[in-house]
Amino acid sequence: MKRRSLINALIYASLILLAFCFIAPIVFMLVGSLKPDARVLVEAGSLSAFLPEQVSLQNYSDVFARVSFSRYLFNSLLITGSIVVAGLVVNSLAGYAFARMQWRGRDWVFAMVMMIMIVPLEAIAVPLFYEVTLLGWRDTYIVQIIPFIANAFSIYLFYTFFLGLPRELEEAACIDGAGVLRTFITIIVPNAKPAFATVTILTFLTQWGAFLWPLMVTSGEAVRPLPLGIATFYSLPPLQWGDIFAFGVMMVAPILVVFLLFQRWFVRGVAATGIKG
Amino acid sequence: MRGGLPAWLFAAPSLVGLLLFVALPFVLAIVLAFTNLRLGSPLPLEYVGLEQFRRLYNDDAFFHALLNNATFALVVVPLQTGLALLLALLLNHRLKGMAWFRTLFFMPVVFPLSLVAVVWVLIFAPGANGMMNGMLEVVSLGTWTPRDFLHDPLLALPAIMLTSVWQGMGFQMVIILAGLQAIPQELYEAAAIDGASRWRQFWNVTLPQLRNTLIFVVLVTTILAFRLFDQVQIMTQGGPHNATTTAMYEAVQAAFARQQVAKGSAITVVLFVIVLLITWLQRRLLRQEREVE
Repeated sequence: MKRRSLINALIYASLILLAFCFIAPIVFMLVGSLKPDARVLVEAGSLSAFLPEQVSLQNYSDVFARVSFSRYLFNSLLITGSIVVAGLVVNSLAGYAFARMQWRGRDWVFAMVMMIMIVPLEAIAVPLFYEVTLLGWRDTYIVQIIPFIANAFSIYLFYTFFLGLPRELEEAACIDGAGVLRTFITIIVPNAKPAFATVTILTFLTQWGAFLWPLMVTSGEAVRPLPLGIATFYSLPPLQWGDIFAFGVMMVAPILVVFLLFQRWFVRGVAATGIKG
Repeated sequence: MRGGLPAWLFAAPSLVGLLLFVALPFVLAIVLAFTNLRLGSPLPLEYVGLEQFRRLYNDDAFFHALLNNATFALVVVPLQTGLALLLALLLNHRLKGMAWFRTLFFMPVVFPLSLVAVVWVLIFAPGANGMMNGMLEVVSLGTWTPRDFLHDPLLALPAIMLTSVWQGMGFQMVIILAGLQAIPQELYEAAAIDGASRWRQFWNVTLPQLRNTLIFVVLVTTILAFRLFDQVQIMTQGGPHNATTTAMYEAVQAAFARQQVAKGSAITVVLFVIVLLITWLQRRLLRQEREVE
């Protein structure tokens, strides 16, 4: 018994030590955002990096005065929101067609989708950049939305989930004479909430942080999202770390709140990527 | 269920999307890599055969880029996976407060990489003021001389590695934790009856049961190492002296800053071949496992 509690104490001790390393940068950012700009760098090497002496929201109002934060936020919400919503619709429909409908060429097309799943954005970014340049889409919202709606991995996640649903669900609806689309909307969707939640979270996480693609296809702040906003703000003289951290806190706060509220779903969503192999 | 036309209609929107924005650019990448395409260039578009690849082969910056990607993978993959495994094992104990710790370790995953990179630029600030310098000074009992991490050819890449491990570790941890929780409890009970110590249980039960999860995690992280871009763009711009440049950074520089779409395409083709090889390796390793069973 005594040995057991010694082991537990060791487990807690290692967890707390590691937790400190993981939380330090976050606390540093939060505390820095509340300090006068000049103090942030000066105190970064000492313990006062984690303890604000005078707390003020000056940096937050400075952010709004120096850049159009609300513009970046609006752009991020619009782009990410559109991709998530449109993606849920088209990818769930496709997942359903692969899982539950018989059609010529289905297995062949599904094999293609599985192959597409291994192509990372980075491997096609340059030709895609050329393609949208030819289309005249640069510097728009659609160039950041349309190419990312259809997603092979989302289709795959829906497909595996629909495969696991009992067939009786549809059979009952079929007897009632409901059409395929109606069956899908009224019977399948309400029973597939976990799949929708998983895809929403994974899509949201990827798209909210998107940096490479918006950097390539946009210029100027009109249509740029938050990740480019912070990079621009960081390179904008004068270098004021308090303001930058305030920008960062405001950028991550919405996701952190959503994450803390729906933690279980985040964890499940990430664990779901593990089944891919 | 009957299909035909409705099935095609269900699948069509996303299939069209995948064709236009993944398959087509993919084919385009292969085609363009064999041309001299440069946006706004007065030269006519020509088929140049393997010329772009020959140039890449002799391109010093690209050589450094691939070397950096490989180094990054060789260091970050074991480090991050090891740390994730350790944390997952610790969190797998049924003790009070574990959910809190899990939340905490997972938190950096929801941070956009661009923000993480900016915050870590300040952590790596030069001089005694920098947080990393300050911490190392305390740990080394005052023997550490402050360094300018991000402008030091030897330290810049390790700095980016550390930043990436901090942000990405939680992702692996959660996948491994799910893998641990899927191991049937009976296996441990049987091992305990056979008198196996906890250490032996780890080697003979946990690790073999976790094999597929670990293969997946290792190979996904390796692929991520070859996709490295955001941190480099923000923290070092590939410098100093190509010490932190990556394949993706070179591709964007070529296509975007110098309008050399053909060169950028050639780089992405190389990148894709690497990803394909890693994926093929993963499938093979996983298939072997199934055959053994």
